[in-house]
Amino acid sequence: MAAIKIHEENDQNVKSIAADIKPKNKILFKITKFNPHVDTHMKYVDYDVEYEHWNTVLDALLMIKHKVDPSLALRYSCRQASCGSCGMMINDKPSLACFTKINELGSDVVKIEPMSNFPILRDLAVDFTQMFNTHKKLKPYIIRSDSEISQSNEIKEFSQDPDSVEKYIQFANCIKCGLCNSACPTMATDSSFMGPQALTQAYRYVSDDRDKGKNTRLKIIDERHGIWRCHFAGSCSKVCPKGVDPAMGIQFLRSYLLGFRD
Amino acid sequence: MNKQHNNRIGIKAWLNPWRYGIERFAYWLMRITGVGLLVYFIMHIYETSSILDGKEIWNKMLDLTQTPEGHLILVLVIGMSTFHTINGIRIMLGHGGIGVGKASRPDYPYAPKSQNMKNKLCIYASIGLAALAMLYSVEVMFGE
Amino acid sequence: MIRESMIMKIHYATALGSVALVVIHVLFRLTQNFHDSLKFDNVITNYSLLPYSILLELILILISIHGFNGLRVILLELNQGQKYETIITYGCLASMIALITYGSRTILMTSMGMI
Ligand code: HEM
Ligand code: SF4
Ligand code: FES
Repeated sequence: MAAIKIHEENDQNVKSIAADIKPKNKILFKITKFNPHVDTHMKYVDYDVEYEHWNTVLDALLMIKHKVDPSLALRYSCRQASCGSCGMMINDKPSLACFTKINELGSDVVKIEPMSNFPILRDLAVDFTQMFNTHKKLKPYIIRSDSEISQSNEIKEFSQDPDSVEKYIQFANCIKCGLCNSACPTMATDSSFMGPQALTQAYRYVSDDRDKGKNTRLKIIDERHGIWRCHFAGSCSKVCPKGVDPAMGIQFLRSYLLGFRD
Repeated sequence: MNKQHNNRIGIKAWLNPWRYGIERFAYWLMRITGVGLLVYFIMHIYETSSILDGKEIWNKMLDLTQTPEGHLILVLVIGMSTFHTINGIRIMLGHGGIGVGKASRPDYPYAPKSQNMKNKLCIYASIGLAALAMLYSVEVMFGE
Repeated sequence: MIRESMIMKIHYATALGSVALVVIHVLFRLTQNFHDSLKFDNVITNYSLLPYSILLELILILISIHGFNGLRVILLELNQGQKYETIITYGCLASMIALITYGSRTILMTSMGMI
């Protein structure tokens, strides 16, 4: 992997840093290649990768794409766990490629597959259409009759104190990466299930005291393939890279329907 | 859309309980024990309905069921119902938003608060108590 | 159509109800020696106690509802489609009713001494 060359001659300081850096590590990447329009089966292609200890899986994939196989399809943007584009199965666990360091995996082989429970577009890029549609269906925005923006020039603000923010800020951390949907056992067989991502976002707005859409949303989630298909297995929370803890949000949301809170 | 394209894990995701920690294992056990208990329940009603056919048939049924194999099934059923009941209570409380932690600003490394010690201990306890109940039932049925 | 939240509330209520009842039912096996408790005459004597028969009937109803709804949930998550889901929903409902009917017949006839 292209590493930054450190000029040892010039600077004592830099030299000592350079001495700390371990020699290049080698690792085998097994990457799924699959084009649903052409191929009948997924296949794995092996790539030898040299990496430094700071490299992420995304670094390695981009290196492969740039130097070895330009046809490798993957999606990414921010490289810093903010955009939610680079979710994939890394050694069988749904993870963000940009948020997973190669040497943290502690294995000699890195198996890369497209995120499960999503249709494959090509190679590692999956289709989010259903997840986004479900997300929209649950009205992920503040619902109320008045607005901060008005025709007159009067300034209005829906102020909140820090305690109110604390109630939903965790759930607002969601970057819509879909890892939770990929880990969810219901999602694995139930093609109509709303999924942890959307359900948690429903709670994000229900728990926001500026919002008045609770009953509307509770009605939408209270159906055959809605919230009741969650069994609190918690796998979503285990893989969420942003600390959203979808399992917590979903149980809080369900507690309204069970009459534990109002 | 063919299966491969769709890429859902399918039933394999249910059958593999060893990933994602003890909570996922409890989910798996809950399903297995639920279905196991239902099967036993149906058989149990069939078995006991033989009482309608009189003492002879009832005793024949006892000969069939009160055997080492039959007792082994009962031991299993007792274990299953102990786990299913205790874990069921944990799950019902969880579904009501009780014991799943408190929402707060997430901090790296983002340990999910819904997967807390209370829940984990409760799962271990339900497995442990199921084992104890099974030992006790072995004592009752195979003892003496 | 009955709302899913109502079905699931019934699911939890039947679960809670059966906890206490099943404990009593199992204790009945332990008040006497386990093997003796299953002797024909002892069982018949138990049945002749009205509260015991009512207990059995309640267990039968609660657990049938809970168990077959649990099965419905699992099967609905396993596969989807309008026809499939209708079959599962009504299939589970029918099995539940059939089991309750079959079990009630046993309880009723035995407790009334119709053997
Ligand atoms: C007596 C105490 C019981 C309690 C407290 C209890 C509790 C529960 C709860 C809370 C669930 C929902 C689990 C979920 O949503 O993930 C459940 C599911 C289930 N129960 Fe029970 N149950 C009990 C007894 C039984 C019995 C005796 C049977 C057998 C006839 C049974 C069969 C089932 C089945 C088939 C499921 C569905 C499995 C699943 O969705 O994971 N339960 N039970
Ligand atoms: S809840 Fe977490 S895992 Fe799920 S989409 Fe949002 S950020 Fe990703
Ligand atoms: S590239 Fe944006 S989250 Fe990984």
